[in-house]
Parts: sequence; C-alpha cells; structure tokens
Amino acid sequence: MITDEIVDLSRLQFAVTALYHFLFVPLTLGLSFLLAIMESLYLMSGKLIYKDMTKYWGKLFGINFAMGVTTGLTLEFQFGTNWAYYSYYVGDVFGPLLGIEGMMAFFLESTFVGLFFFGWDRLSKLQHLIVTWLLAIGTSLSALWILIANAWMQHPVGAEFNYDTMRMELTSIEELFFNPVAGVKFVHTVAGGYVTGSMFVLGISAYFLLKNRDIPFAKRSFRVATGFGLASVLAVMLLGDESGYTVGEVQKVKLATIEAEWKTEEAPAPFTLFAFPNEETMTNENSFELPWLLGIIATRSIDEKVEGIKEIVERKRKFIKSGMIAYGNLQLLREDKNNQVAKLAFEAHKDDLGHGLLLKKYTDKVIDASPEQIDLAARGAVPKVAPMFWSFRGMVLSGVIMLFIFVVAFYYTAKRTAHQKRWLLRLAFYGMPLPWIANELGWVVAEYGRQPWTIANILPTHLSVSSVDVGQLYLSLAGFFIFYTVLLIIELFLMIKYVRLGPSSLHTGRYHFEQEG
Amino acid sequence: MFDYETLRLIWWVILLFLVSGFAVMDGFDLGIGMLLPFLGKTDDERRVMLNAIGPTWEGNQTWLITLGGISFGAWSLVYATLFSGLYTGMLILLFGLFLRPVGFDYRSKLTNARWRSTWDWALFFGGFVPAVVLSLAAGNLMIGLPFKFDNDFRSHYTGHFLDLFQPFALLTVIVGVSLFCLHGAVFLHLRTEAILAERARRVILWSSLIFLMSFIVAGIWVAIGLDGYRISSAVDTNAVNNLLAKLVIKENGLWMTNYSKYPGLILSPMMAILGTALVLYLSAKRYTGLAFLTSSLVVICTILTAAGSMFPFIMPSIIAPSNSLTLWDASASYYALHLLLFVTVFMMPVVIGYTIWVYRVMRGKVTVEDIENNRNVLY
Repeated sequence: MITDEIVDLSRLQFAVTALYHFLFVPLTLGLSFLLAIMESLYLMSGKLIYKDMTKYWGKLFGINFAMGVTTGLTLEFQFGTNWAYYSYYVGDVFGPLLGIEGMMAFFLESTFVGLFFFGWDRLSKLQHLIVTWLLAIGTSLSALWILIANAWMQHPVGAEFNYDTMRMELTSIEELFFNPVAGVKFVHTVAGGYVTGSMFVLGISAYFLLKNRDIPFAKRSFRVATGFGLASVLAVMLLGDESGYTVGEVQKVKLATIEAEWKTEEAPAPFTLFAFPNEETMTNENSFELPWLLGIIATRSIDEKVEGIKEIVERKRKFIKSGMIAYGNLQLLREDKNNQVAKLAFEAHKDDLGHGLLLKKYTDKVIDASPEQIDLAARGAVPKVAPMFWSFRGMVLSGVIMLFIFVVAFYYTAKRTAHQKRWLLRLAFYGMPLPWIANELGWVVAEYGRQPWTIANILPTHLSVSSVDVGQLYLSLAGFFIFYTVLLIIELFLMIKYVRLGPSSLHTGRYHFEQEG
Repeated sequence: MFDYETLRLIWWVILLFLVSGFAVMDGFDLGIGMLLPFLGKTDDERRVMLNAIGPTWEGNQTWLITLGGISFGAWSLVYATLFSGLYTGMLILLFGLFLRPVGFDYRSKLTNARWRSTWDWALFFGGFVPAVVLSLAAGNLMIGLPFKFDNDFRSHYTGHFLDLFQPFALLTVIVGVSLFCLHGAVFLHLRTEAILAERARRVILWSSLIFLMSFIVAGIWVAIGLDGYRISSAVDTNAVNNLLAKLVIKENGLWMTNYSKYPGLILSPMMAILGTALVLYLSAKRYTGLAFLTSSLVVICTILTAAGSMFPFIMPSIIAPSNSLTLWDASASYYALHLLLFVTVFMMPVVIGYTIWVYRVMRGKVTVEDIENNRNVLY
C-alpha cells in the first residue's frame, strides 16, 4: 500500500540528496572552465604563475569534485530504489538520456580528471591543456543530458503512452533535444555554475588580497574570475528561464505561483515586488506592485495575458473530468484489447490521463470520484504559492547582488585599482554564499513548482514511488543524514585548510608561507 | 534496421558487455581497495598501491554508472524492480561506493597518521562492500527474487534484506570476492615492484585457489542442487512486451538446459577454470601483462557462465515464476533500443580509445621513490 507517509519520506529524501548534490555540481561546472581558462593563459603567456593558479585552484576543484561524484551516485541509484514506478513508467524516455549521459559525458570527465591531476609531467603543455578542456567540456555535457531529462519532466514532448505496456514510450529524440524548455534550462543552470565558480575564485582571491598575501597570484585570479563571472552572471539573468515559462501547462502554473497572481490580470500584468500571499483567501496582503513589468518579462509583449491561479484551477477541473473518462476506458481496454468503443473514447481523452491519475490520491477507482474529490485534486494541481513566491525572490535578489559585485569588480579591475578597494574585497568575500543560495532556491522553484507531478501532466508524484515500507525509508534517511553530515564537515575542513594555506600548498617555494623565516 | 527480436538479443549482449566492462575495469580497483590495509605495511607502500590505480579508477567506476544508466534506459523494468526490491542492499552498496571518491582524494591531503589509517579502512570498505553486495545480488538473481507485478506493472517485493543471505548466495560472495582479490593482485603485480609485487604474488596464489574451488562447487550446486527456470509457453520474441502472459516452470537443474541446447556454452566455465590456472603459471613466470589479460578473461567468463545459464532470464521471480523478467518482455521500446544502440556503437569505441590512451600515458611501475619525490601531488 502506498501511504502519504511513504510519498512524503521519499520526496524528502530526494529533495535533501538532490539539493546536497547541487552544493558541489555548480562549483565543478564553473571551476573546470576557470581552470581551462587559466591554463590557456599559461600556454599563451608562458608565465609560470598561471600554471600555479591552475594547480592551486585545481586542488580545491579536486576536493569539491570528489563530493560531486559521491553524491551524484545517490541520484542515479535513487530513481530505482525510491521511484521504481516512475522508473518503469517513463524509463523508456528518461532512461536513454541517462545512458547517453554516461557514455558521452561521465566517461569523458572521469577519465580525464585523473590525467588533469597526475599528467603534468607526462604530457606536453598542449596535451595537458587539451585534457583540461575535455574535463571542462565533460562536466558541462553531463549537465546538458541531465537537464534535457529534467526539461522533459517539466514539459514532456516526443513521447507517447502505450496502453499495452502501460508506460510512456519515446517517439522522437529530436523533440526531446530541441525541447524549448531544455535550451533555456541548460543555459541558465550551466551559467549559474560558472557564476558559482567565479564567485568562489573571486571571494578567495579577495581573502588573499585582504590578508596582503601572494598579491600577484591573487590579483590575476581575481581578474580572471571577474571577466568570466560578469559574462556568466549576465547570461544567467538575460537568458534566465523566465522566458521559458510561457511554454507548456506546468510552466504557466509556475509563473502564476511565482508571481502570486491569483486571478488573471489585464495585460500587461503588474509585477508583484513584495507581498504576503494568503493561501486561504487566495489574495495577496500588503502587496507592492510595479505596473506592466510582469507582462513584459513573461510574455515579451504588452497585450498577452498572464494566466492567474483561479483560472488555472478551473481548467484543471475540466482536465480531471476528461482524465476520468480516459482512465475508465483504459481499464476496459486492458481487459479487452479489441474493445473499439473504449479505444476511441480513450484516444479522444488520453492527453488527460495524467489528470485522471491525480484522483488516485483520493480514490483508488478514479471513475467514482465525487465532486469534492475532483475539487481537491484540482486545487492540489497547483503548488502552494508562498514557497514559490519567496524562493524566486530570494534567487533573483542573490543574482542582482552578484551582478552588482561583478560590475563593480570589473570596473575597478579595468582601472587596475580593484586590489586596493577593501570594501569591494570584503563584499566579494562575504558574497561567497550567494551563488549557492541562488542555485538551491532555483531548484526549489523548478521542482517544487512542478508538484503534484513528477512528469508534468502525465505522472503524479504520489504514484511514482516504489512499493517499499516505511522502515526502510527511515533507515536510508538516517544513513544519508549521518554520511552527508560527516562528509560535509570533512570537506569544509579540508577546503578551509587549503584556502588558508593558499598557493603555498603547492610547495613550489614561491609563495607566502614558504618565504617567512 | 533490426527486428525487435535481434535488437533485444543485441541489448542482452551489450548488458553483458557493460557488466563485464565494469567487472574487468573496476574489479581490480575493488580488489586493491580490499587488499590495501593488508598488503601495504607502511604509509608509502599504501600510497604506491593507491597511486597504481589513482589516475584511472574514476574512469573505471564510470562503467558501473553507465551500466546503471543503460539498464534504466534499455531494461527499465529490471532497473526499477531490482533497485527497489533490493532497497537496503542497494543503499549499503551506495554507502560503500561513497567512501571511494573522497577516500582517494582526501587520504593524503593531511599527514596525520590516524587520519590516513582511517581513510585506508574506509577504502577497504569501499572495495569490500560493493564486492560483497554485487556478488550477493548475483547469487540471488540465480536463485530468483521474491517479486511480482500487479496489473499496472507496479512491482511488489515480499522479501526481507536478511533473506538474501542464503547458502548459495554466500557461496557466490566467496566466488566474487576472491575473484576481485585475484584480479586486483594481478594488476598490482603488474604495476608495482619489489616487496609489494612479491606480496601481490602470494595473494594471487591463495585467491586463485579459493576462486577455483568456490567456482567449481557453485557449478556443481547449480547442476544438482539449485532450482532453475524455463519458459514453458510459446513466446513471441518480436512482439511488444507482454510480461504477464507467459508460463514459467521452476525446477531443480533447469539452469543446465542451455548447456545441452548450446554445447558451445561449456567453453565459458572451462575457460574460467583453465584461465585461472594460466594466471597462476604466468604470474609465477612473471609475465605480468599476459597474466592481467588472462585474469580479465577469467572475470568475463565467470559472468558469461552465470548469464549464459540463465538466458533468456534476466531476473527470475521465485514467488511468481511467470512474472520473471526475460529479455523478451522487459526491454525498452523498439525505437528507444535502436536509438541507444546507435549511440553505444558510436560512443563506446571512442570511450575505449581515450581510455587506452590514458592508460598508455600513465603506464609503468609505481615505486616508493615516486611517492617520495611527489609527496604533495600524489594520492
């Protein structure tokens, strides 16, 4: 029996392990490219300091990379262990993407990461540079395939339900690849990773400068991070995936909840800068609105409307009723494949089958759902507004502050006085948590915003879980809790130790701690 | 291009190829992990062992990760049923695997002796736990697992984690662990010198004997003491998956039917046995490279023996044999299999190509002097 407790615990475990994994992934994405840039500078300029930079930031990269690999394993296992019905129901679409990711990206990054660390004396300068670039490309390619998979969960295209096998089957890989949601998602997420890497290097370089240590090393690192970071933060914001929110049903729901737009406003809709959304009355309290802005951002026009939550719920009710017909006829078809009447009726309503499955949470038979149960399902088809509203604003605010930091850093770097502006250095140092806050909140918006679905409009979350028992779930949660806490403490301990040591940890004899006394 | 039947057959071969790839490539990493605290008496010796695999182990582990992804894609019902059924076992496997990336990278980052020996034991468990869980799972796959499907193809698993520790499965654990130890020792023999190579040679001796004995006993057990499975109804191997329509019988010795049906299959256990003897000989003569190739062959033949006996079953069900997963009714759709085949044929040669290049770059013996000269760079 699937109980709410099993569903909630499975969701909790996935949320915790995925958010934890994403503490390390963006830094891997960003740092690997920064390493490739630094090493390219080494080859072009011939200056040894760039090689030291590549090696030192590479050390920190390694500490982080190990955690990324460790926690990434969990996610691959977890689809099977905790989301077995999901794995079966959409395995034909989702699975191949993971397979391709393994062959195209994971092998690339994990084969060359060893050579990056241990190949310095065995490879020519150019060969090693190529290895570093392949490592960087490999990490971004991994992101590409898993984000195509995630985009499919948000906006499923290129697949069809097969009532013989009772699962979604892939019909077109091109459609998956060119899914409009996939493009924006990839650019937004990967660029977010590049910003993370840049803030990391910027903040730690600022720390060296504030401590007045290894100035030439820190100045150069600061400069590289500033350039790459500014370009990346602009990419994140301008190509942010808000532009993707007009495609597809679930994306519209997300937009309405992010903006706490309870009812459809006249176009162009105002942007709610600040408010307290009230779930009961379906209104905003103490709101402060900027006219026109939302309509322009979301629809890139001044005459298209942005749909409100009440209208969406109304539409959901229709979908659910149609889904009930689809579900009823599916059962008839499963009993007798040659039932032509049922087949015709099913074909006519099959796009709403998923909405019919939403009722499974309230009644096992689906077709006997009462109007109250349909109401509950329709209202439950839209996630709660407050978490969406605040997460999104937290993400954007972090982004805006980072944009400010990079713009100012760029200005003073161009004037060659950045290293003297102690307020800027402090800002860069204390701003280091910002990209992580933005990344995590971004995923909350993307994944919580898709609820109650795992696959938008196709498979509800509460059907996706494995038939495991609660005891196993508590045990695994406890295991993750212990392992992840201990590992995080160790990782941070090593990271801080090597940051404090700075480039002296390379033992070249050229840096601060080796020259005293 | 291909018909569905051929495609499924090809995908069964690719599944075996990936399992073998993992066992050959990551098998010696697991073995060396298990041997680490015992063969390395000093810190430098342990670092020699770690650095013999340090630059390449990560790529090797990717075989397992890709195997996971591919089974998700090509055999999603197998992936879903196996991982959720063996829930606790899979998490223990996962926690074991956790210890490796951090173990390799963090161990030598501090000089504190307690820190290092703690990580050495972590790396031991990082090798031992996966070796045990995977061979335990393999043994239980041959016995059959307690799962069945409802009408929506949702799997229900009725067993408990402790039920996995059955006598036959414990025997396959001995087979698996000794095989990985052997394979690891052979690799160590190839990549180290002097005292460490000598110790590795001693491991080759005893692990190959344990492997040989347990492998032969397991074979006899399968022949006369273990229930096998056979499809007793007609199966349309070209049709869409029709999982619940077939009939399956479960009977003593049925896992041997394939040997009379395809006599050539007997080559695989024979080669595993003869290969082990050959590894012993080649190691004694110090043809370490050839010994490694031969022990890789032994690993492949061991997997082939188990899989070949079970063909066309991938995952038999002990409580509802007709719900067993076979290669005719658990595969991905025709389109998805074609797509994945195209990608595999295109990508795997590239992967193998650059892997060989990396091994060539990092070739040669790792010595204690290397460690002394590169204290701050190496693992």
